[in-house]
Amino acid sequence: MVPLYYNTRSLWGRRLSTGLTVMGLGLVVFVFAAVLMLARGIEAALSAGGDPSNVVLLREGTDSELGSFMERDALRVLSTAPEVASSVEGEPLAAGEVVVLVALPRDGGNVMNTTARGISAQSVAARPTVRLVSGRMPRPGTNEVALGASLLGRTPGATVGGALRFAQQVWPVVGVFTAGGGAFESELWADGRRLGSAFGRDGPSSAIVRLSSPTLVDTFIRRVEADPRFTLKAQSESNYWEEQATALATFIRVLGLFVSFVFSMGAILGAMITMYAQVASRIAELGMLRAVGFRRRSVLASVMIESGLLGVTGGVLGALAALAMRWVDIRTLNFQTFAEVSFGFAPTPGILLAALLFGTGMGLLGGLLPALRAARLSILDALRA
Amino acid sequence: MDAAVPPMVRLQGVSKVYRRGSVEVPVLESVDLSIASGAFEAFMGPSGSGKSTLLNLISGLDRPTTGVVEVAGRDLAQLSDAELADWRSAHVGFIFQLYNLLPVLTAAENVELPLLLTPLSRAERRRHVAAALEVVGLSHRRSHRPSELSGGEQQRVAIARAIVTDPDLIIADEPTGDLDRKSAEQVLDLFEALHHGLRKTLVMVTHDPNAAEHAERIHHLEKGVLQ
Repeated sequence: MVPLYYNTRSLWGRRLSTGLTVMGLGLVVFVFAAVLMLARGIEAALSAGGDPSNVVLLREGTDSELGSFMERDALRVLSTAPEVASSVEGEPLAAGEVVVLVALPRDGGNVMNTTARGISAQSVAARPTVRLVSGRMPRPGTNEVALGASLLGRTPGATVGGALRFAQQVWPVVGVFTAGGGAFESELWADGRRLGSAFGRDGPSSAIVRLSSPTLVDTFIRRVEADPRFTLKAQSESNYWEEQATALATFIRVLGLFVSFVFSMGAILGAMITMYAQVASRIAELGMLRAVGFRRRSVLASVMIESGLLGVTGGVLGALAALAMRWVDIRTLNFQTFAEVSFGFAPTPGILLAALLFGTGMGLLGGLLPALRAARLSILDALRA
Repeated sequence: MDAAVPPMVRLQGVSKVYRRGSVEVPVLESVDLSIASGAFEAFMGPSGSGKSTLLNLISGLDRPTTGVVEVAGRDLAQLSDAELADWRSAHVGFIFQLYNLLPVLTAAENVELPLLLTPLSRAERRRHVAAALEVVGLSHRRSHRPSELSGGEQQRVAIARAIVTDPDLIIADEPTGDLDRKSAEQVLDLFEALHHGLRKTLVMVTHDPNAAEHAERIHHLEKGVLQ
């Protein structure tokens, strides 16, 4: 084999074109990895809201809490089912909730749609991931609201001690909570009855029911769906939030991968031009290598390895740049719920590996034709070059 | 020549015709030649006389249109391209007019290149490289790159590269063509040392009568015909 240091030093010898090619490849890998991390971040943010022991009840035929409306009686009946867990006070952990969209002003005169959840007595107890980080939860019968941590400072008054204005009322902020990075962190929570009356809703949109064990979820779902008194749809909370994430994550993934694909064509051409130039400037060297006994396949491998090195370097740089994006927080509209969600870039070992392979693959593709040219050179013509 | 010892190089009825479009250009015509093992022979002739083509045929870089080329008892026509590459790496050392060193490698790394095709260990390769550089008097320049060496030194590195595998045959194509008189003499002295001291078979193509004088036998080619 032609020694690897021949390739590395040759690339270093043409630092400018090597650097520009690596940057081009790195940029494409960055877009590729960032998009996958973004889609993963959306899935993580939304699906983190789901607890495997919880079941969400919606009106049959609806896919999200916003479009749902359920009878109050249904929850009262179903909360007596044997699968339902109880609080320390012996109350069933079942909570009817009003879910509406509120428009809050944002800096620059824009408006952001935010999910407002009207909670009831067991809402917090049914969600063990919800933790107050400051202040307290809203008291029943008041206009008080608690903010998901992602909403802090996003709109005027969005801080403990401040107040929000929507539905022609003032809503004092009394607490901030986290929810394990899930979608609840992009919500504001208020008393269910007060929120319902402010929006003309006299019943819950949906309900959350906590079961004694995740293994009981299927039994409870069958019980709900088999009961002819209700037209309800029951699904595990994990499934519900995963479904909420699917459309947005898929959209971002497909769009991003398409953009990456188009960009990659340019990067491959860039690598190809660089490698053609490398081969053209070293024809006599390659001729000497063939003359002293290196086979065609050794020359082919040498050029491929060299362009692969360009790709690996671009892949590493692109993946590192994408990793740096984990400190960037993004808000966007989830068009399945029409509410803004906040999420970050979520790197995974699989995404980083895919980014490296993508970069290496682009490098190798770019080097293929120049490598074939180098391997097919006539020794005599090459020595005369 | 001792009849019992087979020649290192034997050409019989060798012709070479190049095709330029529909026109056939004969370059060598019915060349018969025998070079003994351990000989130092030079080929001279005007440009286009076919001397480089002859060298390429002897070294396995090219194939004849007709005739037989046998080197070290091997009929080169019987070898595939890949086998010919292996054969060259084991049996032939090359010295080119423009040295053809890899500019990004040091002198020692350039000399080591043909050894990378052998099963030698790294330590053994280092020993061979040191010995070859010692022979050409450049041990002190082993870490220098070609751009840091004079033309004469570069050609001596190329000679070290050619002898490092201990080949049967050393092929030199205009080895002094790009050198000043003093450097050329150093290179030719080295050739004589390889010939007399190590009993290497040397075949050289040159335009320079002074260079040819160092050889035991001088062949003249004229329009593809060996005189």
